[in-house]
Amino acid sequence: MLTRRQARLAWLLVLPTLLVVLLVAGYPLAQVFYWSLFRADIAFVEPPEFVGLEHYLYLLQDPDFRQALWNTLRFTVISVTLETLLGLAIALIIHSNFKGRGLVRTAILIPWAIPTVVSARMWEWMLHDIYGIINILGVRLGLLSEKVAFLARPELLFASIVAVDVWKTTPFMALILLAGLQLIPEELYEAASIDGATKWQQFWTITLPLLTPALVVALIFRTLDALRVFDVIFVLSGLNPATRSLAIYNRQTLIDFQDLGYGSAISVAILVLIFLFVVFYMRTLGKEALR
Amino acid sequence: MKLLLRVLNRALFYVLVAFVVVYSVFPFYWAVVSSFKPSGELFSTDPSFLPVPFTLEHYQNVFLQANFGRNLLNSLIVAGGATLLSLTLGVIAAYALGRLPFPPKNAVLYIVLAMTMFPQIAVLGGLFMLLRQMGLFNTHLGLILSYLLFTLPFTIWVLVGYFRGLPRELEEAAYVDGATPLQTLVKVMLPLAGPGLVTTGLLAFIAAWNEYLFALTFTVGDAVRTVPPAIASFGGASPFEIPWGSIMAASVVVTVPLVILVLVFQQRIVAGLTAGAVKG
Repeated sequence: MLTRRQARLAWLLVLPTLLVVLLVAGYPLAQVFYWSLFRADIAFVEPPEFVGLEHYLYLLQDPDFRQALWNTLRFTVISVTLETLLGLAIALIIHSNFKGRGLVRTAILIPWAIPTVVSARMWEWMLHDIYGIINILGVRLGLLSEKVAFLARPELLFASIVAVDVWKTTPFMALILLAGLQLIPEELYEAASIDGATKWQQFWTITLPLLTPALVVALIFRTLDALRVFDVIFVLSGLNPATRSLAIYNRQTLIDFQDLGYGSAISVAILVLIFLFVVFYMRTLGKEALR
Repeated sequence: MKLLLRVLNRALFYVLVAFVVVYSVFPFYWAVVSSFKPSGELFSTDPSFLPVPFTLEHYQNVFLQANFGRNLLNSLIVAGGATLLSLTLGVIAAYALGRLPFPPKNAVLYIVLAMTMFPQIAVLGGLFMLLRQMGLFNTHLGLILSYLLFTLPFTIWVLVGYFRGLPRELEEAAYVDGATPLQTLVKVMLPLAGPGLVTTGLLAFIAAWNEYLFALTFTVGDAVRTVPPAIASFGGASPFEIPWGSIMAASVVVTVPLVILVLVFQQRIVAGLTAGAVKG
């Protein structure tokens, strides 16, 4: 009796959330799928016209889309790799015992807390071609032979964007990995050192295998985030085709060009891309993580 | 010899630690220092590493010239609203999902989880049209509703974990005393979930406070526009006169409260982040 009443109550309690999910996710998503099959502008100035898969066919040969896809993939692979390595290094440092460990953990939370837009602008100032502290210090310390316009040359602009993203998101990586490290029982290391294993061997045979679940989770989160990158690139380089990400190209098509049909098709493509990555991760690493 | 090596090793380690700290903190430190420097000193090729000479002119400019105060208030309303709404909806849903027997529980959890997976950009067009149809374009409520897309799933995931962790006996004792499930939620479970609420509330607030894409797309002008798009578009009359002092002052104003919150609640935030991530 109580169980049935409880089930009814449960439905009642979940209902508002389900309605919200439907409103802000389900319905808009259905709209995006629907309008991707039409030639339509976002204000419906012209009556929409059904074009079937035309937008998807165009997508395959759109050089702007291809460039944005390339930019996004390049950004994702490079920044996630750097964040993982750096995050792992920082996690290992914080995991070891030393004075002021709490302080360091607090310090690395600061980049995470700063809004992406703000961190992009802070770095924009630090990378200023004349008065930027990086140029000034770089020249003074002999790291740069002369001042560099980091945000003006395409390759340096891309590298700068990656650097800002790595700075901002490495803490997240480090914290997840630190949580993973803390789950590894200390006795394993004691046993290993009694058996004469070096620190390096311990890292490869104990730390890394046992850290894999945390690593996979962090990788999935960061990869999905990187694939939808918008803020950091938009603030540092706007609509510049050399660095424009899929999300930026998507918003430009939808809002600036008012092209609801084609813009929706790009949205669907991004969803498919992300879905493919999730499947790929689940296939290759998921078994490890779920072991 | 061995001792020397150990000392050297230790020293190297602390150099590494120092490097990590400087790397993490310096950009923020530099923004703070820059925001207090008069323009003359700001545009110098031999800058000092301390805010000397010291001035508040950039802070005055930010609040007097631009609509920054308005943006700040908008951010407070929107982030606060999204947080409160997520917590309210999230608590009642998470209680059901975490404590009540209820057949399609996992299906609901997966729907919520799927919501965190798909990118904001993928629903941008659909949400844009929805908000316009509902007359919520360029309103606080419109932004708050759209922010539920990412604040609500996260809130639910973390709170479900919290509710699951609470001992069963408490609830049973309440039932024996004749309390209804709803009374049990409000009088017994809610107070116990307090720490969970603080954590998820903070994380939701930070996420909403930092959001850029929706704020940029669903608002026009400064009446509703929040801080991130305002700071992103802060510019001078020409690209050659970007008011870096004001930008840094504005950046410091929006960041300092967050940094303080994060420092005060750091342990909980780390716990929340890792819980949310590990479960997700």
